[in-house]
Amino acid sequence: MKQSTNGTTQTLNKHTLSVLVSYNLNALSRIIGIFSGKGFEIDSISFGSGKQSDLARITITTHGDVQIIEQINKQLNKIIDVVKVNDLTYDSFVERELALIKVTATRSRRSEIMQIAQVFRAKVIDISPEKLTIEVTGNRDKVNAFIGMLDPFGVTEIARTGSVALKREFDGNV
Amino acid sequence: MAQAKTQSLDSAETDKVQTTPEPAVLNGAELLIRTLEDIDVDTIFGYPGGAVLPIYDALFDVHDINHVLIRHEQAGTHAADGYARATGKPGVVLVTSGPGGTNTVTGIATAAMDSIPMVVFTGQVPTDLIGNDAFQEADIVGITRPITKHNYLVKDVNNLEQVIREAFHVATSGRPGPVLVDLPKDMLNTECHYSGLKKISIPSYKPTKEGHSTQIAKAAKLLSEAEKPLIYAGGGAVLGEAWEELTAMAERLNIPVTTTLMGLGGFPESKPQSVGMLGMHGTYYANMAMTECDVLLAVGARFDDRVTGRLDGFSPHSKKIHIDIDPSNIGKNVPVDIPIVGDVKKVLPAIDQQTTKPEIDDWWDTIHKWKREHPLKVPESEDTIKPQLMIEKISEYTNGEAIVVTDVGQHQMWAAQHYTYNYPRSFLSSGGLGTMGYGFPAALGAAFGCPDRPVVCITGDGGFQMTVYELATAVEYEVPLKIAIMNNQCLGMVRQWQELFFDKRYSHSILKKGNPDFVKLAESYGAVGLRATNPKEMDEVLEQAMNINDRPVVMDFQVEEHENCYPMVPAGAALNEMVEGDE
Ligand SMILES: Cc1ncc(C[n+]2csc(CCOP(=O)(O)OP(=O)(O)O)c2C)c(N)n1
Repeated sequence: MKQSTNGTTQTLNKHTLSVLVSYNLNALSRIIGIFSGKGFEIDSISFGSGKQSDLARITITTHGDVQIIEQINKQLNKIIDVVKVNDLTYDSFVERELALIKVTATRSRRSEIMQIAQVFRAKVIDISPEKLTIEVTGNRDKVNAFIGMLDPFGVTEIARTGSVALKREFDGNV
Repeated sequence: MAQAKTQSLDSAETDKVQTTPEPAVLNGAELLIRTLEDIDVDTIFGYPGGAVLPIYDALFDVHDINHVLIRHEQAGTHAADGYARATGKPGVVLVTSGPGGTNTVTGIATAAMDSIPMVVFTGQVPTDLIGNDAFQEADIVGITRPITKHNYLVKDVNNLEQVIREAFHVATSGRPGPVLVDLPKDMLNTECHYSGLKKISIPSYKPTKEGHSTQIAKAAKLLSEAEKPLIYAGGGAVLGEAWEELTAMAERLNIPVTTTLMGLGGFPESKPQSVGMLGMHGTYYANMAMTECDVLLAVGARFDDRVTGRLDGFSPHSKKIHIDIDPSNIGKNVPVDIPIVGDVKKVLPAIDQQTTKPEIDDWWDTIHKWKREHPLKVPESEDTIKPQLMIEKISEYTNGEAIVVTDVGQHQMWAAQHYTYNYPRSFLSSGGLGTMGYGFPAALGAAFGCPDRPVVCITGDGGFQMTVYELATAVEYEVPLKIAIMNNQCLGMVRQWQELFFDKRYSHSILKKGNPDFVKLAESYGAVGLRATNPKEMDEVLEQAMNINDRPVVMDFQVEEHENCYPMVPAGAALNEMVEGDE
């Protein structure tokens, strides 16, 4: 983990950045290059089109102390194709991730797994004599918790989208 | 902490300006040249090859653009860089695909580290062959992504003109930097229209220029109340052309000014407020002033590790104000109390206006005492040439009015210390990347950019050999460049570190056995070669060299081989823990 060089000690924090950028692969490579080239971390990244078809919205979750997060923000803003960087962490925001989890489910344990899925509002989307594939959405913590619950049954494969997030329109302050 | 770069996305104004009737159609190569002419490009440093032959064909009939045939693409980028640093205009490079492009990488990285405006055009294989490992194909956009401010692959000839204009706009605005445009060969051969669009606006790119007024007021208050203020000016003061504003402010407020290597010439060194260069090989008094000051005004400087020394010992008592056009420079290495994002040329006068002259007589007494007790030393010798004296002599013979271009090593640091820089854009050196081989081609580029000014390249026997082949270019174009080799028969800076920190184990740093006869080498190219082995000969050589105006002169100054460059802040030490030298 990269530490800030200016000697200040600060706690590491999770941040969710929403980046609006021209829809082209050079721009996406530049964004990823900032992280790999400067030693920043990416916990998850998702890339898809935004409202305008020529712009992509990239959601990045990362962590670091205040100085590093500030550098990430500034470095992203320097990329010519980046239109806007929002650090949602400072706002009220909604965040979702989708995961598909393939778990070993013999007949005797199948209903137990399905009960757990129900608690997490997850859906079984594929079934075979030996396995279930389950779809779950939620914030990262919820997805992590669900995977943790399934782990003892034997999780064989996982595909996660990474978080997507938007700022909340109304934060309760009138 | 939302950072909006721009509000409106639909404000792209592209004013079409009525121009004289154009030939209805031209091909991409002709469009490129036509556009370069329109944006007043007067010099291109280039080297031909298959993928760019259509451009070379278009150039054949063009007379208002001077194409300089360099001998290696790396040198071409350094030449464009030197041209840009000396003139303030963007340097332009044209090379072929594959190896032509990959050879530019070191020069682009050098320019990127020092924020030099440059536009590099590379040929590329035709679009339908991209990705096939075609002959002379290289993913140059991918390779140069981390070392360019921005880069483009042109996939539609209808965007070509827009891309070219954008490239120059991006390279020269905000914090300047290199931009690369990759041109597949089919783009050059396809017919298209020239539109003459003038105004370029990239909605997602709007550098901040004006500083924030509250921050400016805070900075002025801090400076007015300072007891030991110091101005620390970096390359941004030169690139931002803020030397007049800086000089006016420092003189009016009588505040001491130190510059970085990149900032040399941004403030005249003969002014009483100058305390010279700071950092690893800075003056004693500059480093002490940095350590002791109570208010620090950083002007377009980036707190590089060669300047700060060990961070916890860097200017520990000061409140720090930092003006920079690039927000990511602020607070990156050193926490700052008053950040001001903006153009130094605009922000400095705004601060100046609101600042009252601080009472700092005691501070000046301290600084004068440091200056008296710890001046830069020029050791004396009758029979060998001391490197420091070599620089002083060059300063003398050029009246301090030359554009001095250095390579990297001991000679670079001595050139920074012992030449008196009174003019901006007069000290060109690879500061950030520290690229050996930079000096000579960059000096060549500066000479093309400023034909009316004397240009002196101060280089090492190691570094000169990295790009020595450009003597061919200098001779072909009759460039009256002076090349002064500080020939210590070794990789001096490496040798110095080995002497001081590796027990005098001189591993692979001695060049003596393989060094060429630089006089004969120069002569074989058709340049003048001169040699001096003692101070008297040095005077004669300099006298003779200054009077040659039709071709390059190579001066082989055989200097004292074991001289070390001091003062020196050892790696890991704080600025005030300088080593001052042998005696
Ligand atoms: C391309 C490159 N390779 C290696 C280095 C490391 N390096 C820094 S200074 C130096 C020695 C330079 O020797 P010379 O050109 O003779 O100059 P001197 O130090 O003797 O003045 C070396 C090898 C570098 N800066 N650039």
